[in-house]
Amino acid sequence: MTEISTNPGTLPAGPDIKPKLSRDDILMRGSMIVIALYLVATLVLPLYTMLSKSFSTYRMELSQYEFQVSDESGNFDGTIQSAETLNEQTGAFSDTDLATGSDGRLSVTALFPNFSFRSPVMYQIRNTSDTGRFLVGSTLQDGTDWVTLDSNEFRRVQLRPVQSRGLDNFVNYFSTPALFNSVKNSLWISVLSTIVTVTLAFWFAYALNRSCMRFKGVFRLIAMAPILVPSLLPGIALVYLFGNQGMIKELLFGASIYGPIGIVIGSVFFTFPHAFLIISTALAISDARLYEAAASLRSTPWRTFWTVTVPGARYGLISAAFVVFNLVITDFGLPKVIGGQFNVLAVDIYKQVIGQQNFEMGAVVSVVLVIPAILAFTIDRMVQSKQVALLSARSVPYQPTPNRKTDRIFLAYCCLIGLFIVGLLAVCQFAALIKFWPYDLSLSLKNYDFNKMDGGGWGSYVNSIKLALLTAAIGTSVVFFGAYLVEKSNGFRTGRAIFQMFAMLPMAIPGMVLGLSYIFFFNNPSNPLNGIYGTMAILVICTVTHFYTVSHLTAVTALKQMDREFESVSSSLKQPTMKLFARVTVPVCLPAVLDISIYLFVNAMTTVSAVVFLYSPKTTLASIAVLNMDDAGDIAPAAAMGMMIFYTNAAARIVHLIASKGILKRTQAWRSR
Amino acid sequence: MLQKTPPGELYLSIQNLWKAFGSFLALKDISLEINEGEFICFLGPSGCGKTTLLRAIAGLDLQTKGTVMQDGKDVSNLPPSERDFGIVFQSYALFPNLTIEKNIAFGLENTGRSKSDIAFRVSELLHLVGLPEQGKKYPAQLSGGQQQRIALARAIATNPGLLLLDEPLSALDAKVRVHLRHEIKELQRKLGVTTVMVTHDQEEALAMADRIVVMNHGVIEQVGSPTEIYREPTNLFVADFIGEMNQIQSQVTKGGRLSVGEKTFACLSHTFNDGMPAIAAIRPEDIIPHEAGYLDTGGNRNCIEVTLDEMEFLGSFWRCRLSNERFGSSELIADFSINAVRRLELEEGRSMVIELPENRLMAFDVPETTS
Repeated sequence: MTEISTNPGTLPAGPDIKPKLSRDDILMRGSMIVIALYLVATLVLPLYTMLSKSFSTYRMELSQYEFQVSDESGNFDGTIQSAETLNEQTGAFSDTDLATGSDGRLSVTALFPNFSFRSPVMYQIRNTSDTGRFLVGSTLQDGTDWVTLDSNEFRRVQLRPVQSRGLDNFVNYFSTPALFNSVKNSLWISVLSTIVTVTLAFWFAYALNRSCMRFKGVFRLIAMAPILVPSLLPGIALVYLFGNQGMIKELLFGASIYGPIGIVIGSVFFTFPHAFLIISTALAISDARLYEAAASLRSTPWRTFWTVTVPGARYGLISAAFVVFNLVITDFGLPKVIGGQFNVLAVDIYKQVIGQQNFEMGAVVSVVLVIPAILAFTIDRMVQSKQVALLSARSVPYQPTPNRKTDRIFLAYCCLIGLFIVGLLAVCQFAALIKFWPYDLSLSLKNYDFNKMDGGGWGSYVNSIKLALLTAAIGTSVVFFGAYLVEKSNGFRTGRAIFQMFAMLPMAIPGMVLGLSYIFFFNNPSNPLNGIYGTMAILVICTVTHFYTVSHLTAVTALKQMDREFESVSSSLKQPTMKLFARVTVPVCLPAVLDISIYLFVNAMTTVSAVVFLYSPKTTLASIAVLNMDDAGDIAPAAAMGMMIFYTNAAARIVHLIASKGILKRTQAWRSR
Repeated sequence: MLQKTPPGELYLSIQNLWKAFGSFLALKDISLEINEGEFICFLGPSGCGKTTLLRAIAGLDLQTKGTVMQDGKDVSNLPPSERDFGIVFQSYALFPNLTIEKNIAFGLENTGRSKSDIAFRVSELLHLVGLPEQGKKYPAQLSGGQQQRIALARAIATNPGLLLLDEPLSALDAKVRVHLRHEIKELQRKLGVTTVMVTHDQEEALAMADRIVVMNHGVIEQVGSPTEIYREPTNLFVADFIGEMNQIQSQVTKGGRLSVGEKTFACLSHTFNDGMPAIAAIRPEDIIPHEAGYLDTGGNRNCIEVTLDEMEFLGSFWRCRLSNERFGSSELIADFSINAVRRLELEEGRSMVIELPENRLMAFDVPETTS
């Protein structure tokens, strides 16, 4: 009955077996393509548009226009003059006048020294080539026929520029010291903030993980508080403390808080929780056996620290450093509030786009900013992939032993850091409640009367809540479902790899760059998605995309812990995969799902950078209101709104905590034995 | 005795199956036929391709080339959901957030059964696997062995034509494993479901299978009943992989006898020509002990004098290490009964005579040094 064939040869020729796709396979691939297309439309295409914008230059090509001028009775003698020769004769426009942006317009009357709009002289103008375009009033003329105009109409003729591709914008950027200086500024500010933050956070994490000091829980809470506020809030606090009318400005000995000092202190504040979390995780997994070995070899504590502790946490330290660097160099809110005349890249983008309407230069600065951000991101990913190998199943967790002296030193240190964090928040709250610093110190709630200020009033607070809820709901669904598809579907390797890459990309893209690229992409009338520009939808889409990567990684980590054979079992039982997804995957991963939603909620409340380009008068946001009120000089209301964001996020976190405990108790009964 | 001839009609037929992972060939031209109601074990060292073959049968990882026919139907390129099988994994893969009842009912839903039908079937299955009281519990509240039984109940709930078991007992401790393998075998007999089990544990395969498929390096080395595989291995790999086997370098001489030094032995028939090198192989329990003077009394010519170097008491028998300069540096291992040791008064350091019975002495190809 049985044939035995032992032929160890090579694979026979002929076609491979082609799998027949099940309905689930088709459904899952289809959904994955849909989400991938979403990422293409909301990330890849906008970035591509921005990149191409940075290489676009616009110039008035005078050789493309020709004129005829009549005598006083309106007769043309047939003399044709090109605009180029006219300009050579009159010298009306210099070369820099002719270089312009995509919206550039050039009035031509300057080419005719005798021009008067009351004169009876008639003018004729035409394009000499198909690419020539000019406006008469608001009517575009792109034909090559003569257009005859009287003097009054001719005054309203404006030439339009011709687009070409080239490195001109970059050449221009790097030869303008005012712009180029920002690269240097951004880099050294970021490096300095990184060194300070990582050092402070390391000792803080060390105290919490390796000492027996008291109140660890309280300090852990305090350390996480800055995550709940927009990055520009510490800037406002610093203005109150050290500004021109600051409470303790004498401590700066005449130095100005507006500039690098303010940016570094504020950056330390808002990046501290990120660095603390990463380093704390690295310190928590250290192996007690190494310390026992060091002690048995009679190593001094100092030597043990340098040979065991620091090398054990080195990946955490490196990772923290790059994360902090990335946060600082891409941050916009803080340098906007407290940077003064000190220019950094992120603010330059804003100034170029909002201040000067120079979109091409904004795109150039964006490209310049993306380079260090992508570098930092790549190195961080490489380091994190190495971190895993450090853990072994046989590691024994380290148990610190009490030491009265060092415990007391650590407690004092943590109190100082805690004071710094709580202090800045308290200053903001205090400022929000004071009637008019420093002249009228009586308490009042008038600063909460946002409707009387710029920035959208209470409406923007409501908008922010809406944005945060929508982002949390939609973002969590899309991200988790996408992560499930990419983790658990069969075959389709190339497709899954491309999806993975798209999902990782947002982390490397600074918010300002994302926001600006959205303008270029969505504000183009020929884009079918143009309709969402200026709506809440684009804010939600932008925020989901902006914070996609961390959410995706959280989901992937949770999904990787699921048995890989669940899908096999389900399909062997002929049950649809979506039933498995709804009945098993989502309930089991509920803690991760809730983590993703609170992460998206908090970030949607605090984000400034991406949405600052995209809000409309109907969709102003609380975080943007803080920025705008501060800009308008209403610093106290700005602080008040900032603290509103803080309390909202704190409340959201508490609700999240209670809700997850409640839901987990009900749905995760299976976890307990 | 287990039945030697497989029961029933041809059910599963695998023809010229190949599986390539890049340039690595995990399965090379595998052909195999399995009859209805048979219990088949794929046995082999890790990396031999046995799990790959099982997953190809299930459609979980499609083969690169070749056909799989199940119940007369070509299923070669079908997704798992369009094939007819139940599967149990080493990890059990029970849904942790569903109760035992709901785990078992998972495959019964959406099949046109009423709720009460499903409940009845679930309780029937719980009785079948001997866990009638556990339906309301969650998987984490059961022991490993209990969880594996639930996984089995879930797999057979829809009465699949084929049951696939992927190392189902590997994650359990030794005692539970022995107990459960007996139960699985009983259940399989009761249901009469064609079953394919992957295992690397030869004891498990010998105890459970109707037929064993021994695999190595992506090819099938031998297919046969447990007794065939054990008593009549067709090559040295199978002989060595299953049970213990003494191997002695030898040369084929006149009449097909095997010569070790100047001593020659009669052995089972083989196809080697005179003068070729071959491995003489015999299992430890097949070596018969005799007292020291046995040779002189003109006993069997397949006897040889040896020194008893070392004795190890293993409960039901003695494991002895024997040496003779003719064997070179290699020792022979022999298992002698307690009676024989007592009768012959064997002890370490003594000389004795052993007999290598002609009908138990096998000749195999000399393996290439690389593998």
